[in-house]
Amino acid sequence: MASLKELKGRINSVKSTQKITKAKQMVAAAKLRKAQAAAEAARPYGERLAAVMASLAAKVAGQDNAPKLLRGSGAAQRHLLVVANSDKGLAGAFNSNIVRAALAKAAELKADGKDVEFYLIGRKGRAPIRRAYPDNVGRMFDTTEVREPGYAEAEAIAAELVEMYEAGKFDVAHLFFSRFKSALTQEPTRLQIIPVPTPETAEASDAAVEYEPDEEEILAELLPRYLKTQLFGALLENQASEQGASMTAMDNATRNAGELINKLTIQYNRSRQAAITTELIEIIAGAEAL
Amino acid sequence: MALHFELVTPARLVRSEDVHMVVVPGAEGEFGVLEGHAPFMSTIRDGAVKIYRTAGSEFESIDVRGGFAEVSASGLTVLAEHVEG
Repeated sequence: MASLKELKGRINSVKSTQKITKAKQMVAAAKLRKAQAAAEAARPYGERLAAVMASLAAKVAGQDNAPKLLRGSGAAQRHLLVVANSDKGLAGAFNSNIVRAALAKAAELKADGKDVEFYLIGRKGRAPIRRAYPDNVGRMFDTTEVREPGYAEAEAIAAELVEMYEAGKFDVAHLFFSRFKSALTQEPTRLQIIPVPTPETAEASDAAVEYEPDEEEILAELLPRYLKTQLFGALLENQASEQGASMTAMDNATRNAGELINKLTIQYNRSRQAAITTELIEIIAGAEAL
Repeated sequence: MALHFELVTPARLVRSEDVHMVVVPGAEGEFGVLEGHAPFMSTIRDGAVKIYRTAGSEFESIDVRGGFAEVSASGLTVLAEHVEG
């Protein structure tokens, strides 16, 4: 049985842990609201761009002179897995879920005899992926310098990916991130980003649209921008997911700490009572002996 | 007689309003868009988008970078990567 002093020490240490988890939970809740607002604000742009892309791509698709980003490189041998993680932990299974989805895909591709390479965004995915595939980790994009990855980061990542693609370093790129469903559920998602999948046409407009310059040139300029937007969207979703997961995890941790404190307090009180009883018995026994 | 004009960036919806005319710095020259313009799509070069709220009024200009303009039946939409001011 632990001594009274030890028990008291443990209770105090659990209490301060609870304070930390509670603070982190509240911070996550505030950040989640911000991240959701940011994701909301980014939606109109993404939707409009997707609509324009769809109508253009439908016209150009299937032609030989379609841009390489849309048409693909004609092979599907080398796959690049772009894995977006966060830089910080304390978010439950958020990072490991994304990593697991990426590793599962990698194993599947390997089984099909394809080459796999990783491109890692964020710090938390590095260790587990390096452990599983020490020789396949290519470039890593560092986001530790910025507080919240935003459009500038998406731009830099897209530029690097397009450059690698143009240089023929890979044939297909998949993006792994966590889609935000609610504060309780986040879904690890895979998205093919290169070659750009043709967005589904919502409305087939048959109005004669004039293009300036021509369709191909507009499309060639629009494709990298579409890629950026998708990366940006993924980064935002990831942020919202991270905060949601963090909030849930910290809520659980706070509750567990509370339970532990209760249990320890009961144990502490019992031992104290036992000590007092023993002392009393000793005194009474001593008095009777006289 | 109003043209529905929207200016959107990845970060937010900058403008969504009814105006008289917008002059857009297209890749192959500036073009003005009034209500009832034929469907049209163009990339735009970095420069100022000029918004005329009413006929004959002073224009308000917004600098955009990395943009793209689309005119459809529902109005003019400018998608820009960066907006200054």
